[in-house]
Amino acid sequence: MSTERGPMVDIRGVHKSFGPLEVLRGVDLQVRAGEVTVILGPSGSGKSTLLRSINHLERLNRGYVSIDGELIGYRRSGNKLHELKERDVLKQRTHIGFVFQNFNLFPHLTVVENVIEAPVSALGRTRRAALEQADVLLTRVGLADKADAYPRQLSGGQQQRVAIARALALEPKVLLFDEPTSALDPELVGEVLDVLKDLARTGTTMIVVTHEVGFAREVADTVVFMDDGLVVEAGRPSDVLDAPRHERTRAFLSKVL
Amino acid sequence: MDPAAATGTAPPGTAHSPPAAPPNRPASDAASPAPPPGADLTSLRVVPARHYWRWIAGAAALVVVAQFAHGLLTNPAWDWGTFFAYLSTGTVLKAVWLTVQLTVYGTVLGFALGVVLAFMRLSRSPVLQTVAWTYIWAFRSIPLIVQLLFWFNLAYLYRELGVGIPFGPVFWRFETMNLVGAITAAVIGLALHQAAYAAEIVRAGVISVDPGQLESAAALGIPRLRQLRRVVLPQAMRSILPNAANEVVSLFKGTSIVSVMAIGELFYQVQVIYGRNGRVVPLLMVATVWYIVLTTVLSVVQYYVERHFARGAERTPPPTPLQRARGFVRALRAQAARPEIPVTPGGGALPRTAAAERSER
Repeated sequence: MSTERGPMVDIRGVHKSFGPLEVLRGVDLQVRAGEVTVILGPSGSGKSTLLRSINHLERLNRGYVSIDGELIGYRRSGNKLHELKERDVLKQRTHIGFVFQNFNLFPHLTVVENVIEAPVSALGRTRRAALEQADVLLTRVGLADKADAYPRQLSGGQQQRVAIARALALEPKVLLFDEPTSALDPELVGEVLDVLKDLARTGTTMIVVTHEVGFAREVADTVVFMDDGLVVEAGRPSDVLDAPRHERTRAFLSKVL
Repeated sequence: MDPAAATGTAPPGTAHSPPAAPPNRPASDAASPAPPPGADLTSLRVVPARHYWRWIAGAAALVVVAQFAHGLLTNPAWDWGTFFAYLSTGTVLKAVWLTVQLTVYGTVLGFALGVVLAFMRLSRSPVLQTVAWTYIWAFRSIPLIVQLLFWFNLAYLYRELGVGIPFGPVFWRFETMNLVGAITAAVIGLALHQAAYAAEIVRAGVISVDPGQLESAAALGIPRLRQLRRVVLPQAMRSILPNAANEVVSLFKGTSIVSVMAIGELFYQVQVIYGRNGRVVPLLMVATVWYIVLTTVLSVVQYYVERHFARGAERTPPPTPLQRARGFVRALRAQAARPEIPVTPGGGALPRTAAAERSER
């Protein structure tokens, strides 16, 4: 094994079908540690499915994903891949933070209970340690004063910031964002993007599926354009957004810009 | 009388020429000139609408209720003396206690088995799914009374029951007659019957929880059992509880069916007593009152348990009846302090605040 560090997220030849519908048709993508990758593309291009494949919320038909050198969802022995049991997949997922479009906070738990639930039950931290950490994280997303509120008492932007704090509480190696601002009123988008920018500055490895081209230009190290289940092109934001090489990328950008 | 009814009863000659103003509407109202633009109307006194038909219907309902109450008090056939003599005698209290015990055992065992069956039906194993489905199908198909008599007569079918290795040696043997007495048979029957219904109620609750909840719990790596206990069940409880309470109430009254097995629960006991003294009606009233009292206790418990599981569901939880009563008294006092503000008929102050709170969501 080489001493040079491989990519943090390594996606190789990923195929995924839902019945006869082929959603991913052989996706390859590498993300280096500390980088921000933004995935753009029209609806139905497979962006969200790719993101969900990374933490094995979707079972793959072909190909594999590894995070920091660890295969996700499988165990290799010799030249066979053994599917992991639910329990082991759950353990792997604690290394992968996921932020949903619809927040998916637990509505019957308060903000702070939402944040400490996984550290206590999945990582076995003490409640006290988890509470201290939650306080730090909620301060970071600007919601320390809402710790005892229930999610429904918060605005959409605040809920999404809680969801980000909840994902950060596991201290994941990589954070995945599935259209984190798409369910928000326009005036609330900024506060969530500000949190994402702050995370990017501190060197968190992030993969963000979004329609915010401005955010991609400002924050991304790599912009990936997907269409029809494939990566069409990937590169620096200035290259992909300002001088796209493919006709499909140009057509998409002319519609959203 | 409203204007539409007035034109309906009018002679045909006037039907095609609508009246300029309905006769019962005060002329001053119709003739009142439009306020000059820009005039300030905030100082005018508001006269609430008068609902004459509502008042008449209310009065009629009260007369019927009064008649019924009068009958209860004056008709000697109700025989309230006998009723009070038996309401809290030892035998009746003992029978009430047995009824409560049967309900508790039936509920606890029934729901415990029901939860297991529900998760079997929701599991990914086709074997467990099929077994659970078949159980529910069978026990919902067999009438409770048939099932009870079947358990009661279990000794006909199996003289002995044993514990051992399936299809292998048996270590302990029991005489069925000694092991399954009448009360045990009743508890088994009620619990197995209840489990089939409880399973469906629990399953309904679980599938009513947004799938995104399980997904985000899985994405956070929360262990499977904890996902169910901490994330799914508390949310499922909201839709499970009203149905479950219905089941408990109906089981509670349904225990009267075990009187066919000569078990001294409430209904059997009052039958025995009126068989002896012939006072059928007052003794049925004794049973009725106990059933009502215990169902009422259960309903109050249900209210507060539901409230507990509703936390986080609404921005401001609706007030409890006690808080509502206090609020009503406060509103009345406020009105007394400012007599110029008219009282809405029906004392609408509180329902309106509750509705306003709900609309904030």
